[in-house]
Amino acid sequence: MNGFGTVFKRELKGYFVTPVAYVFLVIFLFFAGYLTFRSGFYEMRQADLGIFFGNLPLLFVFMVPSTAMRLWSEERKTGTIELLLTLPITVAEAVWGKFFAAWAFLGIALLLTFPMPLTVYYLGNPDTGLIIVGYLGSLLMAGAFLAIGSFFSAVSKNQVISFILSVVTCAVLVYAGMPTTLNYLSGFLPGAILAMVEQMSFLTHFESVQRGVLEFKDMAYFVILIIGWVWACTIILDEKKAN
Amino acid sequence: MNRECRKITSWKLVHRYDVETKMISVDKLCRTFGSIVAVDDISFEVQKGHVLGFLGPNGAGKSTAMKMLACFLEPDSGTASICGYDIREDPVKVRKCLGYLSENAPAYGEMTVGSFLSFICDARDIRGTKRQQALDRVVPMCSIESVYYQSIETLSKGYKRRVGLAQALIHDPQVLILDEPTDGLDPNQKYEVRSLINKMAGEKCIIVSTHILEEVEAICSRTIIIARGKILADSTPKELKDRYQCSLEEVFRNITSTRVDA
Repeated sequence: MNGFGTVFKRELKGYFVTPVAYVFLVIFLFFAGYLTFRSGFYEMRQADLGIFFGNLPLLFVFMVPSTAMRLWSEERKTGTIELLLTLPITVAEAVWGKFFAAWAFLGIALLLTFPMPLTVYYLGNPDTGLIIVGYLGSLLMAGAFLAIGSFFSAVSKNQVISFILSVVTCAVLVYAGMPTTLNYLSGFLPGAILAMVEQMSFLTHFESVQRGVLEFKDMAYFVILIIGWVWACTIILDEKKAN
Repeated sequence: MNRECRKITSWKLVHRYDVETKMISVDKLCRTFGSIVAVDDISFEVQKGHVLGFLGPNGAGKSTAMKMLACFLEPDSGTASICGYDIREDPVKVRKCLGYLSENAPAYGEMTVGSFLSFICDARDIRGTKRQQALDRVVPMCSIESVYYQSIETLSKGYKRRVGLAQALIHDPQVLILDEPTDGLDPNQKYEVRSLINKMAGEKCIIVSTHILEEVEAICSRTIIIARGKILADSTPKELKDRYQCSLEEVFRNITSTRVDA
């Protein structure tokens, strides 16, 4: 097995030998359900998961950094990074291995929301394509949040600092696309810059996913975000692993 | 015909000599952290069958030098080669033929000893029957049978260090770099680790760092005394004692305190 596979396997197993995974899953699933029903799932009288997917970005702002914060902070704090990076594994393999393990874990969390689609199928006749695209888009968005989280986890040895920094960054990227923010900004920002701010936001690119369209530019946005932040994580780790 | 024969044998001799001399060769290695010079232009070579003791006060640069050899830190300048691979150009190949135990023997606390060792086997690409053989060899060697199914965070310091040692030995490396391998062990365990090192000394090339002087006399065939990043003495323990006509402890104090001030 190569370095990537080794790190991936250990990391994914690591979630389930500690209570981290179970605490995360319970809280995530509770809120995913709670927010959906509270925002008027029944009152809509529509058999689709629009409300469920619509709430995910806000939920991810807090939940994803909490999975990501331990990725590198803990390794640096306990010194295991020295063990890991003196095995025949490159920094890039280790960073991507950990990233994909955490992503797979978030994928499992998303899969466990299966009672939601079951509910809509029971209640009516939803558009299956829409649901599949919604899940794919959500997974891609989770990956982007996670890439940001893994970068900040490499920045500090302290998990709390990593968590706060990545929550703030994710929140900025989400809130930049909220109608209220855009309305406020339109008061004094020229149109071109406003459009840029809007295009920077997760929400703008997630909206089309919610409508059931997987557009190339939205996918590219998330993929570029993932590659960029993970690459930055590799660089910062290479720089900072010593101190 | 005769000449040809001689040529071949001499070539073989040169070749063998070459391989043996170049197990570790360090060439003008330097590393700074900000304004602190941790390792300042050190060069040395270690042959197969030798145990080199890295001796020095705290903060002398022993660990930094070892971290560079293990390809964890990049040197600022200079280089080194281990088993013929350059640490700057081929770090992954260097790590493959190297067993490294770092200062505090870090290990993933939540894993059991068994799963931790199989993770190391995964990373070192030891599988199938080879993995079983490696485990059968290394587990009794480090006497960790009794804690094999325990999670590492519940182990005492001595056991943790022995797990670290097992991790470093699992692929039967040609070169071993051990950073304070007996630190925190009780006298019996220290004795065991030392005799383990002595047992392996014949077919490997080992660097051990320590600030325990009796250890140097017990296991090392050669010592390098290092302080403030510089090599101050490079000799056998016996030679040092003969030259200064005193115990190794006094030699150590003399060298590391006077020369640094000068």
